[in-house]
Amino acid sequence: MMQEDYLHKQAVAKILLAHQSMPGSLLPVLHGIQDSLGYIPEQAVADIADALNQSIAEIHGVISFYHYFRQTPPGKHTIRLCRAESCQAMNGKKLEQYAKKQLQVGFHETSADGMFSLEPVYCLGNCAGSPAMTIDNNIYGRVSPERFDELIADLKGAAQ
Amino acid sequence: MTRVFISRDATALSLGAEQVVQTLQQQATARNLPLEIVRNGSRGMFWLEPLVEVETATGRVAYGPVQASDITGLLDAGLLEGSGHPLYQGDIEALPYFKNQKRLTFARVGITDPVSFDDYVQHDGYRGLKNALKLSPQEIVKQVTDSGLRGRGGAAFPTGIKWNTVLNAPSEQKYIVCNADEGDSGTFSDRMIMEGDPFVLIEGMTIAGLAVGATRGYIYLRVEYPHAHAALNEAIASAYRNGYLGDNISGSGKAFHLEVRLGAGAYICGEETSLLESLEGKRGLVRFKPPLPAIVGLFGQPTVVNNVISLASVPIILDKGADYYRDYGMGRSRGTLPLQLAGNIKHPGLFEVAFGMTLRELLYDYGGGCANGRPIRAVQVGGPLGAYLPEAQFDTPLDYEAFTGISAVLGHGGIVVHDDTVDMAEMARYAMEFCVEESCGKCTPCRIGSVRGVEVIERIVQGTQRDQNTRLLRDLCDTMTYGSLCAMGGMTPIPVISALNYFPEDFGIKSDVDAA
Repeated sequence: MMQEDYLHKQAVAKILLAHQSMPGSLLPVLHGIQDSLGYIPEQAVADIADALNQSIAEIHGVISFYHYFRQTPPGKHTIRLCRAESCQAMNGKKLEQYAKKQLQVGFHETSADGMFSLEPVYCLGNCAGSPAMTIDNNIYGRVSPERFDELIADLKGAAQ
Repeated sequence: MTRVFISRDATALSLGAEQVVQTLQQQATARNLPLEIVRNGSRGMFWLEPLVEVETATGRVAYGPVQASDITGLLDAGLLEGSGHPLYQGDIEALPYFKNQKRLTFARVGITDPVSFDDYVQHDGYRGLKNALKLSPQEIVKQVTDSGLRGRGGAAFPTGIKWNTVLNAPSEQKYIVCNADEGDSGTFSDRMIMEGDPFVLIEGMTIAGLAVGATRGYIYLRVEYPHAHAALNEAIASAYRNGYLGDNISGSGKAFHLEVRLGAGAYICGEETSLLESLEGKRGLVRFKPPLPAIVGLFGQPTVVNNVISLASVPIILDKGADYYRDYGMGRSRGTLPLQLAGNIKHPGLFEVAFGMTLRELLYDYGGGCANGRPIRAVQVGGPLGAYLPEAQFDTPLDYEAFTGISAVLGHGGIVVHDDTVDMAEMARYAMEFCVEESCGKCTPCRIGSVRGVEVIERIVQGTQRDQNTRLLRDLCDTMTYGSLCAMGGMTPIPVISALNYFPEDFGIKSDVDAA
């Protein structure tokens, strides 16, 4: 863990250096850290506050306001399932229940094998392809339970 | 060399467009067929995506919906010559769904390579800017005012009046901010423009900068749109390289700089003052108004905040004139509105049309009814803060004032269709739940009212003191409507009350008709 902390600190320092002179730099900084590390570690908060001349409470307030930012490491893959009206009209709730059952997780949780984190999302703009979800950077539309199983099986197969 | 068009639009990708491209490329190489695949925007007919269009001597020939497994059969049948096949659609522009649209803002989407500067210029791009550079700021603003363009984000405020306020606000530094936080369920027109014709947005923002004297612009883009992010960044870099962004726009000596900033999954940041807070690196808390952002906006400076479609409609107004645009539409709703058909609908897609078409025409003649063949029971127009309309209201023309007249909103033009299995009490409960999730928390009616709203609806559905709780719900909605700081808390009652009024039986309440 010590080694990991050190590497994280290095990565955060680099991102701060690249962004801190931008006007309104906090969101770009937080995105940079989450893109690089997968989450925003607790230890990074003090470094961000220091670099931007803000209080730790202010930084924490911003991180906790936005649904997208997370403060714990995600699973290997992050699944974002749309909960909004268009997807509901196309069996989105059934897909949600199915996904939770298959992965044995609730929203904001990571499966026991560390493979999948499940997050709710309110609209992916894929309403003409409802129900929709993303896995990492890939988007999927008209997702049936069978299609969901295929996608999960492919990722599990690739991991073995 | 045959040119083939396969979309890079996120919905096309979600349905397998990337696999189609890869398979076609591999098979064409194996068969020694010379082929160039252009990744265009989407035509917006999503039941046909992934759509493959082939350029032939007699025009483009379309096939769809194509899966990777169809490619062998298509090539065998003579795909590159535009030959017959069960997936053959012919000329896509001849299909009624496309032919009967009036594509002004979406003129190039699905036709050009979205990130090709040359393609953009060849298809009438930057003509609006060229005209704008010959006009004074006041004359540009007058063109936009005279066109009748109103904010397409949902509030429908006249764009020219907003610009005029910023023009007349004295300041060293002003900003153009594009609201690309398209969070309403059932809407994707902003995304389609940004992925399918990003230069038109860049041009619109540049013209806005010239009009009000702003030299810097930001596109506040939701993080859920990574494909739009990529397309915008490519197009912005290309505009800089070609001298259409930077310190000397097209040799005019005028400056305009543009960058994309990402949101982080907060619906409330689509509210303009919350968006500005977020751009400044803060929690997205709604600001008190006044002062208006036009006077005190981003970093305290005069700022134009406009939706993507509003800004993307500016180039054609400056190109063809205010009259040309204003001649479309009805009443005080001028020009065209890109409508988006979503949810349980057979033909989901983008439908740009002049204001005035009825909802019924759109839902049945073009939408084709529910995807599963069941009857349409309710449609929600204008996103999660829009009203649920029963069949009796389907003859309402798509016009801002006509919708206001039935206590509904046209909003950003999103239409979500529900079949007869929908539980409208559950949809009302969800509307309140969504407000709980997404309220910024600054004002009490929204922050607390939404939590109480979920509880009261649950009690009504359970049958606990139903009459008293129904009165309580209406009273609560009244407080939220008139007491909230912004549209989040102020409009959440719209879907709730419309569900209660038109679908009381779903709440376990006898309708007025039954009682009479």
